[in-house]
Amino acid sequence: MARSVNFDLNHPLIEYGLESPADEEGVHDSFNQLIAEQSQNEEMFDTFDQGPLGRRELDKEHQDFVYTSSPPHTFREREPDRGEYELEEYGEQTDPLIPERWSSDTLKILSSMPSRTIGRNRGAIISQYCNKTLQLRRRRQSKPADRVFSRSSRPSIRAYDLEADTTDSESRDLTKQDQLVNNLQNLSASDRERMLRGMPLCLTVKKKLRELASQKEKQTRSSSRINCCSHFKLCIIKSWYTWSSFIHSRQMWKVPLKRVSGRFGTGVLSYFLFLKTLLFFNVFLFLVMGTFLVLPQAVYPPEVPANRRSFSGLELLTGAGYFSDTVMYYGYYCNYTLHRNYNSSTQAWSTVKLPSYNMPLAYFFTIGMAFFITCIILVYSMSKSFGQSFRIDKSYSILAIKTFCSWDFRVIKKNSIKLLSENICTQLKELLGELKPKHGRNPWLERLRRLMVHCLAWLMCVAVTTGCVIGIYYFSDYMHIENQKQGAAQEASLLALPVLVSLINLLLPGLFNFAAWVEDYISPSVRTYVGLSRNLMLKVSVLGVLCYHWLGRIATDGTDYIKCWESFVGQELYRFLIVDFIFTLLDTLFGELLWRLFSDKILKRQRKPEFDIAKNVLDLIYGQTLAWLGVLFSPLLPAVQILKLLLLFYIKMSSVMMNCQAPRRPYRVSQMTTIFITLLCFPSFLGSSVCVTYAMWSIKPSESCGPFRRLQTMLKAGKQWMKQLAEENASLSPLASAHAYLVENPLFLFVGAGIFLIVIYFHSQVLDGQRKIITLLQEHIKNEGEDKKFLITRLQSIHEQKRPSARKLTNQDSTELQEDKPQFSNYYGSSTSG
Amino acid sequence: MGNKQTIFTDEQLDAYQDCTFFTRKEILRLHGRYHELAPHLVPMDYTNEPDCKLPLALIVDMPELKENPFRSRIVESFSEDGMGNLSFNEFVDMFSVLSEMAPRELKAIYAFKIYDFNVDNYLCKEDLEKTLNKLTKEELTSEEVELVCEKTIDEADLDGDNKLSYSDFENMISRAPDFLSTFHIRI
Repeated sequence: MARSVNFDLNHPLIEYGLESPADEEGVHDSFNQLIAEQSQNEEMFDTFDQGPLGRRELDKEHQDFVYTSSPPHTFREREPDRGEYELEEYGEQTDPLIPERWSSDTLKILSSMPSRTIGRNRGAIISQYCNKTLQLRRRRQSKPADRVFSRSSRPSIRAYDLEADTTDSESRDLTKQDQLVNNLQNLSASDRERMLRGMPLCLTVKKKLRELASQKEKQTRSSSRINCCSHFKLCIIKSWYTWSSFIHSRQMWKVPLKRVSGRFGTGVLSYFLFLKTLLFFNVFLFLVMGTFLVLPQAVYPPEVPANRRSFSGLELLTGAGYFSDTVMYYGYYCNYTLHRNYNSSTQAWSTVKLPSYNMPLAYFFTIGMAFFITCIILVYSMSKSFGQSFRIDKSYSILAIKTFCSWDFRVIKKNSIKLLSENICTQLKELLGELKPKHGRNPWLERLRRLMVHCLAWLMCVAVTTGCVIGIYYFSDYMHIENQKQGAAQEASLLALPVLVSLINLLLPGLFNFAAWVEDYISPSVRTYVGLSRNLMLKVSVLGVLCYHWLGRIATDGTDYIKCWESFVGQELYRFLIVDFIFTLLDTLFGELLWRLFSDKILKRQRKPEFDIAKNVLDLIYGQTLAWLGVLFSPLLPAVQILKLLLLFYIKMSSVMMNCQAPRRPYRVSQMTTIFITLLCFPSFLGSSVCVTYAMWSIKPSESCGPFRRLQTMLKAGKQWMKQLAEENASLSPLASAHAYLVENPLFLFVGAGIFLIVIYFHSQVLDGQRKIITLLQEHIKNEGEDKKFLITRLQSIHEQKRPSARKLTNQDSTELQEDKPQFSNYYGSSTSG
Repeated sequence: MGNKQTIFTDEQLDAYQDCTFFTRKEILRLHGRYHELAPHLVPMDYTNEPDCKLPLALIVDMPELKENPFRSRIVESFSEDGMGNLSFNEFVDMFSVLSEMAPRELKAIYAFKIYDFNVDNYLCKEDLEKTLNKLTKEELTSEEVELVCEKTIDEADLDGDNKLSYSDFENMISRAPDFLSTFHIRI
């Protein structure tokens, strides 16, 4: 990124400071020439005996240089005839910035430069944080005029005092510290804590600051009247902290997760963290459904139908049989307001008056609220994850990032560390290989060949997927007709469709992997994305055809053998979940355990099978989609999903620890986590909510079961309630009419979508503008670097000019220089603002 | 939850909780870990803030740090005397910065200190070479190391002084979203 600057050496000599900043070129050239002339004339080797003396003068804290004194003769060698030259040549032959040439005064001033003391000098940190807390205070007081617009907490030159004077640093420290304590005290408790925690100081100093800040607060508090409002706030804050620390200490699965990350690194850990996230979503759903639907219905059981079947073992697999007339499915729920319960032993309604509960309304609103809240949580976590991993400007510093950010500090085991080192080594070699120019026999032919291979592979994958989807379509139709013919559905045959779908989900990704292996992608990330998109395409089309089968065929056919299509669909989803779990178990067994035994004993290879993170996460997303689809039809389905996820965690954990090794290919965790959360939100949640909305909006509920029987659509329950309310209370009728207008008029939706699109457009324009600003700022930084070089060489030349005159004048020199410095900084300041 | 512990006073635990990213329980657990590194040296009673420092050799023996190639640099960056002797405060500080909840800026400052082997507040070529050798366990050839160092400085150096200052480093880190998740030691 460092560019060499071409200087035109034809301008005359001009004194600094007298020149207007606009005429920068003139100033630049003249100084370059001045430096060139000076360094040509003087004897530079006099500076060498300054060496050890200069070092001792420096403060221990300011020992920033490794002071390597190379023998004088190397300089003589390196100094051939230097007549007229360009700066590039100049830079290569004798770099004016080599520290060996600098005098002690220059070194002293340089070592206390703000950029060299960032994160190191305690005084600098305190003063930096003093300014930060001041800015935070101003921002909190929300005075727009005073607000200093600084987004980043990057230590910038603006945040520092520009005096480089370090002689009275001690006293300056103290006053700065007092100021900092004062600022801290005036912040709110949470802000203060955040500031304290974020300071890069040692803990002893932080504790002292905190003590001072709270001491002052005690003094001021005792003098002023304690506001009861602030006291209440303090109580709430304290209780929130104890609650959050309690939650934090009860971190689920802390030890197994640490073991996995210690052995496999952050990539495999992200799979288990994703599983944990899904578990929390399902726990939330289960709690909501349980409290508002299952519990009231269980407390008020309705009339039990006569032909209720007894429990046989097959129910656990098929979900039908005994389970079909329980709280598990939609069909059990009553369509009236519950206010008395039916005693099944005495076969009579009890006469005890219990609080009433409008079941249809509760069902409608519970489903709506659950989906709405899940949507909000998903979008929030997606945007947070996106914000962490998205970078506006294109990432050019690949190699630098690979050097500094690729070491996974979580990995503990010796073998895994060896593997990690090998991984990084391989990746670095690959990156270096990419940087070298490629020597192909015929690049065009090569590219054409690769294009053909890619096209073929994609064609094959799409064809196979389409074939499978059509197969599922016809098979489901066939099963439907078969069951119709037979009358009552045979329990075991209901499992045929789920088994077929799970088989397809198991086998086809293997085929895609094979295709990717044949294609031989150069870049591993492209390979990952292609694999991901193919799997996604498969799962989306499979789920699409299944939704059509359920909502388009079964719901609307009105056949004899399905009295209650919603319960049937709920049972289907239950079956799909269970069969999917069984197949995942089988896959873990065969794919990982047996494969490892096979390759160990028979093939005698050292390599264990790899844990395919992307495939496993997609399986999790698929299962969650099924759960979300089924919530409307089977309120207890989240409980089934919870059990499934718990079992899956332990099985996968033991399988991974026993059978697998860490992935060899590089895995960018943040990006992949963002992608997975996005996939969870967009195809998965959006698709299931669209299906559920469609089911509630347009499909006629079954006549004989469920809370919405005898209504036109499920949505009508809400409308009925609004009408009822309007009838009972005349003042609410405008609300009812407004509701009717908003919900039924499509214009509202169009306007909403239009506003949404406009907001997105504005944000993309803002991003474009920010990109432009970033390139401008980078230019700016380069120029500042040049300025810095110029100032250092000028400083050094001034020192060298004054040094031979008299030693006793050194003090005078340094004061003079310090007087010079502010002028420099003024020029500096004016050039930056100009 | 109700048993009285006599290792720290309540005010001390509050101070630790406010100044680090740990809860009270975790501080006590950290003290347990610190104590078991040297049971004879570390007192069980910290109420009067004893001045006890453990040497580098004991700290890097911890399972979380034992195999890490940067272990000595990590411990040295958090020690006040620069030699790697950690008091309990510094021990807690180290794991607090390396914990999940520390913000990016704080981690970047300490990561810079860790990679700065010659402690001159710049990541010069020698620092990069040492980092690379530790990363790859010296599997790369010297030409490759040379090339990588050159390219890295080329990519990340913004102000053109052929070294990475803290601002260059932080700028580069801000482009690496994985940094937060990888620069993390769980204790």
